[in-house]
Amino acid sequence: MSRRYDSRTTIFSPEGRLYQVEYAMEAIGNAGTAIGILSKDGVVLVGEKKVTSKLLQTSTSTEKMYKIDDHVACAVAGIMSDANILINTARVQAQRYTYAYQEPMPVEQLVQSLCDTKQGYTQFGGLRPFGVSFLFAGWDKNYGFQLYMSDPSGNYGGWKAAAIGANSQAAQSMLKQDYKDDITREEAVQLVLKVLSKTMDSTSLTSDKLELAEVFLSSGKVKYQLHHHMTTTSTTEQEGKKRRKRAEICGPMQSTLLSPLWASEKVKDVIQYKPIYS
Amino acid sequence: MECVFGLVGKGFALVVADTSAVNSILVHKSNEDKIMILDSHKLMGASGEAGDRAQFTEYIQKNVALYQFRNGIPLTTAAAANFTRGELATALRKSPYMVNIILAGYDKETGPSLYYIDYIASLHKVDKAAFGYGSYFSLSMMDRHYHSNMTLEEAVDLVDKCIMEIRSRLVVAPPNFVIKIVDQDGAREYAWRESIKDAAHISTA
Repeated sequence: MSRRYDSRTTIFSPEGRLYQVEYAMEAIGNAGTAIGILSKDGVVLVGEKKVTSKLLQTSTSTEKMYKIDDHVACAVAGIMSDANILINTARVQAQRYTYAYQEPMPVEQLVQSLCDTKQGYTQFGGLRPFGVSFLFAGWDKNYGFQLYMSDPSGNYGGWKAAAIGANSQAAQSMLKQDYKDDITREEAVQLVLKVLSKTMDSTSLTSDKLELAEVFLSSGKVKYQLHHHMTTTSTTEQEGKKRRKRAEICGPMQSTLLSPLWASEKVKDVIQYKPIYS
Repeated sequence: MECVFGLVGKGFALVVADTSAVNSILVHKSNEDKIMILDSHKLMGASGEAGDRAQFTEYIQKNVALYQFRNGIPLTTAAAANFTRGELATALRKSPYMVNIILAGYDKETGPSLYYIDYIASLHKVDKAAFGYGSYFSLSMMDRHYHSNMTLEEAVDLVDKCIMEIRSRLVVAPPNFVIKIVDQDGAREYAWRESIKDAAHISTA
């Protein structure tokens, strides 16, 4: 196909396609995978970190998980610099809503407002679209726990389990096979790990390559818990048991490397999100 | 002169307003409805400048409707009250609306609620509230006779006491009142309390 219809996002090709939007989706195919699962008692997001280096400064910031508001978090796949812009607008929207109504913004409205922004860049101004897909996990009083997936075209939908990024097709079909409606949050974590262990390009699934975020209710309040910078030490008997259990699920290949740290209360570190301009 | 008041009972909230449209010493009509039905479960009683009242309450009503169309879920009474307050606060430093509002609503989770919002954009969640000259009398009556979990019958009885007090003690008492209620079944007109009717047109034939 000629390049005549590639250069501008706002122009349809004769076959009725928007190439720039399709290329943006292509860009996401190279990013680290992120998987989200909706369970009856919460939503789980797990992301594969691509940037892991000994030389990298250890920081409290995350690569793939972002808290949007007290009741909404998201996982990102795609161009991070683009994502930062969208995350910022999402945070602004959420705060604007609470300013107007003194109530947390319903999750779908937040997703929709962000997708409206994304859509705008496929139609107006001759700019390039955002090369970002999102998984949104949240809770609101109208619809309880929710999981949404969005792509660069501005499309979004509610899902029970969804995957974005590299090998997302394969991950999605595995999720389709193994998802059960009455899945618990703990089972959801296990399922994500199982899927990731089979779809990730790298040969071993190690904890330092993963970020895990959970949105759940704790004594009636929405809680966001983030686990990252997971080390590979485990001392107690209980942890050993859990490790063996996970080893069974994830297969022998990863058994020694995969640590069960998010399951151990001791290492659970709740990251309080710092304000962006602190 | 104007009397708008309301109270929260057991499983319902009600709003009462006089129905006189007045300019200076002249009464234009005595069947003007000053309580707007905002959506299926919200009432907005308003007093103040007649034009501002009509304009502002309709503006809020349309925005509440727009929210529902856009998002498929209704605003809660608390959210609507905060939104209304916000609009008044923004207008206050530009071209203020001279309206005082009593907002009553019923929500599945929180039950009935009543909000007091005045033209300088203060917002209070209350059990009973009143605006206008009638407030001097209706507030005193409600202070004396209101109690929590009033039945509809008790509440209407209290409303009638308030109206009676206004009619007998207020020099410029309006003749007619309308009572509207909101409960789990929705917002609706409950009754009128009329002491005069607008004269029928005299046929010229």
